[in-house]
Amino acid sequence: MNYIIEGIYQAFVLIITLNPEVVDITIRTLTITLGATLIASVLCIPLGIYIAFNEFYGRKTLISVIQTLYALPTVVVGLVMYMILSNNGPLGFLDLLFTSTGVMLGQVVLILPIITGLTISALSNLDSTIRDTIVSLGATTGQFFTSMVLEARFAIMSAVIMGFSRAISEVGAAIMIGGNIKGHTRILTTAITLETNIGNFSLSVALGIILLLIALTVTMIVSRFQQS
Amino acid sequence: MIEIDNIHKNFEANNVLKGVYANIKMGEIFTIIGPSGQGKSTLLRILNTLETPSSGKIFFDGNDLFSGKKTPVDVRRRMSMVFQKTAVFDMNVFDNIAIGLKYRGFSKTDISETVNRALDEIGLSGYGGRSAGTLSGGEMQRVALARAIVSKPDVLYLDEPTASLDPVNTEKIEELILHYNREYGTTIVMSTHDMLQGQRLSDRIGVMMDGRFLQIAAPDEIFSRPGNENVARFIGINNVFYGTIKEKYSDGVHGTLKSGNVVIIVKTNYKFGDRVTFCIRPEEITVHDHRAEPIKGRNMLPGKIVSIHRQGRMMYADIDAGITISAMVTWEQYEGSGFEEGNNVMLSFKPRSVFVMEKV
Repeated sequence: MNYIIEGIYQAFVLIITLNPEVVDITIRTLTITLGATLIASVLCIPLGIYIAFNEFYGRKTLISVIQTLYALPTVVVGLVMYMILSNNGPLGFLDLLFTSTGVMLGQVVLILPIITGLTISALSNLDSTIRDTIVSLGATTGQFFTSMVLEARFAIMSAVIMGFSRAISEVGAAIMIGGNIKGHTRILTTAITLETNIGNFSLSVALGIILLLIALTVTMIVSRFQQS
Repeated sequence: MIEIDNIHKNFEANNVLKGVYANIKMGEIFTIIGPSGQGKSTLLRILNTLETPSSGKIFFDGNDLFSGKKTPVDVRRRMSMVFQKTAVFDMNVFDNIAIGLKYRGFSKTDISETVNRALDEIGLSGYGGRSAGTLSGGEMQRVALARAIVSKPDVLYLDEPTASLDPVNTEKIEELILHYNREYGTTIVMSTHDMLQGQRLSDRIGVMMDGRFLQIAAPDEIFSRPGNENVARFIGINNVFYGTIKEKYSDGVHGTLKSGNVVIIVKTNYKFGDRVTFCIRPEEITVHDHRAEPIKGRNMLPGKIVSIHRQGRMMYADIDAGITISAMVTWEQYEGSGFEEGNNVMLSFKPRSVFVMEKV
């Protein structure tokens, strides 16, 4: 029992004294996850808009597939991305395996379905009268899309934040693609896994607390958006 | 201005519009009246290019609205629509009203001036900065109306704009509709199932039933000379009967009409032997004591009161005179005369109060 209390005490010391390793891992984690969320958002929001507003063959099936992929196992993403990025893989020439960029790409793939699917839901759930009103007020196609996205802005922001949450909390893909290399690809989740395995509980708990604080902040932002 | 030429609209197996024809004139208020589910909203949505017709054409100032794949935006910007279900954007009142002006690239100064004038007109001055979602239903509908009119469209389509409003807000919306029509010369095409609203606001009314117009005419004409039995019943005339022209007088316009065992004098252009439907407006029938003497120039029918029911200040008595005729009785008449169910009475009405509608 004492080692748990000691671990928590040491964790707070590490956080308060801004331990360089803790700060380094936290910054890297936020950089990779924010980058992945940004890239995924740039890809997924227009894709979600396209799917939400266009009728095409297989649309319903595509939406079902996207929604099924919300639960995509992170180790499967890790495995697929490992094969793609390894020397013999199709993108092996990019030398992205065991790099932060590789981890970021893995997270992008992981959260693509969530942001796309929730963007489609956000736009589809808008009142049809709003859609008709925008058209009847003389909007061009571009103005129509802009107005619809603006009207669904809070729901779309929630989709982005949900994507961020999924990315920051995943561990399987990051370990397989990044290799958990200290100073290069080690992020909060992979570091916690490693430090726990070697018995360094104080560092694990410190990193866990930081991860929880980030999760708490994100939850508060999501709930604020949802209330809006 | 708008020519509707044989419009049909099917939603899979459901034929909603079954051949609609009409001409809407510039500057008029044209009201589509009919029971729910008869195609009023669908027609308005087609006119506003929100739906495409299954067949038929709509000419807007001579141009076929659906000749191309998509109606050009400059044509769509000459019209605007307010929907039955009130919709405001998730922004403040000012931005809600300004949105159509922004689409058209108006300057900030013009937008500010126009929107503030619109806020004055709808009685919401000082509400510009307020979130539109916090307004009452009536206020939201006024914002929707202002939003549709600020860009000065040639035609404004209103789909049952007061259907979910209380009488006070309904009156305000009606005042605004008349104001926009008179002040800006905007052609207004609106749908309603409220006959009296149609009568109050319209230059012309189109009675729509079963996916087509049964009659298009001025309100007075519709209410005094309904085109057929369905129109008569819809506008509240219960006294619709079948009969046969039994005699034509030498003046060529009067004659007698027999319905059951009842014979009445009517004014009609139909010929001897024609089987027709006819109606008599309850308010044009006078109920007398059963001992009343014949009155020159009026049909007199003896009868017995079957039932009496009240509608506001008026009483309606159903009287069996061989055919069951509904007559209007004032409250004073009811109180003073002692009319009761089972009493014998005498009915009187002029021949011209009988409107012979159509040949069966």
